[in-house]
Amino acid sequence: MAVIRDVMPAFELFQPASIADAQAVLARYGADAWVLAGGLDSLDWLKDRIKRPQAVVDLGGIVELKGIRPWENGLEIGAMTTLTEVVTHPVIRDRYAILLDAAEAAASPQIRNQGTIGGNASQDTRCWYYRAGWPCYRAGGNICYADTPEAINREHAILDADRCVAVNPSDTAPALIALDARMVVRGASGRERVLAAEEYFVGPAVDITRMTVLQPGDLLTAIRLPGDWAASAGGSGGAEVQFYFEKTRDRQVWDFALVSVASAMVLRGSAIERARIAVNGVAARPLRLAAVEELVRGRPRNEATAVMAANRAIEGAQPLRFNAYKVPLMRNLVKRAIRGTQAWTS
Amino acid sequence: MSDATRRTIAFTLNGRRVTADVKTHETILEVLQRDFGLFGARESCGQGLCGCCTLLVDGTAVSGCLYLAAFAAGAELVTVEGLARGDELHPIQRAFVEKSGFQCGFCTPGFILMTAELLSRHPRPTNEEIRHYLSGNLCRCAAYPDIIEAVKRAAELQADRT
Ligand SMILES: Cc1cc2nc3c(=O)[nH]c(=O)nc-3n(C[C@H](O)[C@H](O)[C@H](O)COP(=O)(O)OP(=O)(O)OC[C@H]3O[C@@H](n4cnc5c(N)ncnc54)[C@H](O)[C@@H]3O)c2cc1C
Ligand code: FES
Ligand code: FES
Repeated sequence: MAVIRDVMPAFELFQPASIADAQAVLARYGADAWVLAGGLDSLDWLKDRIKRPQAVVDLGGIVELKGIRPWENGLEIGAMTTLTEVVTHPVIRDRYAILLDAAEAAASPQIRNQGTIGGNASQDTRCWYYRAGWPCYRAGGNICYADTPEAINREHAILDADRCVAVNPSDTAPALIALDARMVVRGASGRERVLAAEEYFVGPAVDITRMTVLQPGDLLTAIRLPGDWAASAGGSGGAEVQFYFEKTRDRQVWDFALVSVASAMVLRGSAIERARIAVNGVAARPLRLAAVEELVRGRPRNEATAVMAANRAIEGAQPLRFNAYKVPLMRNLVKRAIRGTQAWTS
Repeated sequence: MSDATRRTIAFTLNGRRVTADVKTHETILEVLQRDFGLFGARESCGQGLCGCCTLLVDGTAVSGCLYLAAFAAGAELVTVEGLARGDELHPIQRAFVEKSGFQCGFCTPGFILMTAELLSRHPRPTNEEIRHYLSGNLCRCAAYPDIIEAVKRAAELQADRT
């Protein structure tokens, strides 16, 4: 399939100043409209001529979608806030450092300066069969080219595949799940829905053509970080929140995660009072490991707990021809997330 | 404007107020090259993977190959051509010459502009900060050690200037 990365084909561009105006254009064009944030995922599609929208709606002029502000006892991040703004924000540094680590692990400095957190969370998969325009399930066809006997599928899914074996590429997504973030979605009718991060992302069993719940006309307007999992949330009584984020990749810049893990744990002494843990790069959506969270609750934070949790995490994993390495990789990352990487004495 | 595939945009380019008639699907690189004869920001990979197309928009470095011309309306753009004052090279340019921070020079405008962003935020950057900021720029000639020396020298020269 010819890939031409020079000039884009023509499209109509709209640069509305309000959410309402953006949604009016989206309603007018329906499935022929494309929502444009920073453009790092979007323009790649358009340059390759694989997606050919008639109308592109640039959210860059909508002030209400930008910036980071206090929300209840946490923070609200406008969907059009750049990754660099996330990484350099003092409250995110102090209270939600795991999101800083995740956002900083994405792409390159230039891309973080322009790419938005809303776009990062909503970006499409990087499965190269799909990105190159092969008519696979995700593109409306009836085959997954990454799951044939000859397929090159080193980067693909080991869990929860359903026909399609693509994985979610977002670095911020698992951190948002670990922080129990809330995704604020404005529907075409103007109605607002607030979803838990883990419900925002969908796998092929729910919708094989989408990575998120967003339907044509929907906009993600903001991401809210509740206070419950902020670094200071342990507060009184000697409880303490600890974060862990790790992304493995082939090279340190630009590369999407092979496997990543994000966890937030409330520790009381050496015991895990409660935990939230998510992995990405292993399935079509970032997976919250609820069974692992349940298993570690109330247990001491030590090697034995970490090993037990890690083994539980990979239960049911079904590697493809070239990605069996992801199973021990995921197991080890979960282990580190639970145990930490410091030396343990007990 | 009634035709949604065209636009007249006004922006500041290397310190001058300019306007350009652009097609909405054009990247800023196409417009800088065609309308302003500026080739310093050059397209190499075209997909955000090399940093050769780096330019500064309101002081932050972006990849021009994935940046619509229409995004530039109202913004302040700086390309490598905008750094020198007349015949006098910018301290970062001088440092790259002094330290031979290049071989073929294809990647150099991108490195210089990323260095400009770095030094605006960290006037005395550590090695780690230099590596972090320059991580989105590839040099096919692998002049990296000299580039890092050039950045350190640029920090000294800028400190002298101010
Ligand atoms: C070379 C390269 C390397 C990369 N490496 C990484 C990496 O290592 N890790 C990583 O996580 N990402 C990586 N990325 C992806 C990059 O971080 C994301 O593409 C970027 O953050 C997306 O944000 P954007 O603002 O550019 O969104 P866009 O590209 O404009 O949008 C992305 C998608 O989300 C939709 N969308 C965006 N905002 C909204 C909204 N508010 N409401 C509804 N829909 C919306 C768009 O319609 C589009 O489908 C890389 C990208 C490139 C080009
Ligand atoms: S040409 Fe833009 S990053 Fe390579
Ligand atoms: S000097 Fe040749 S690519 Fe860097």
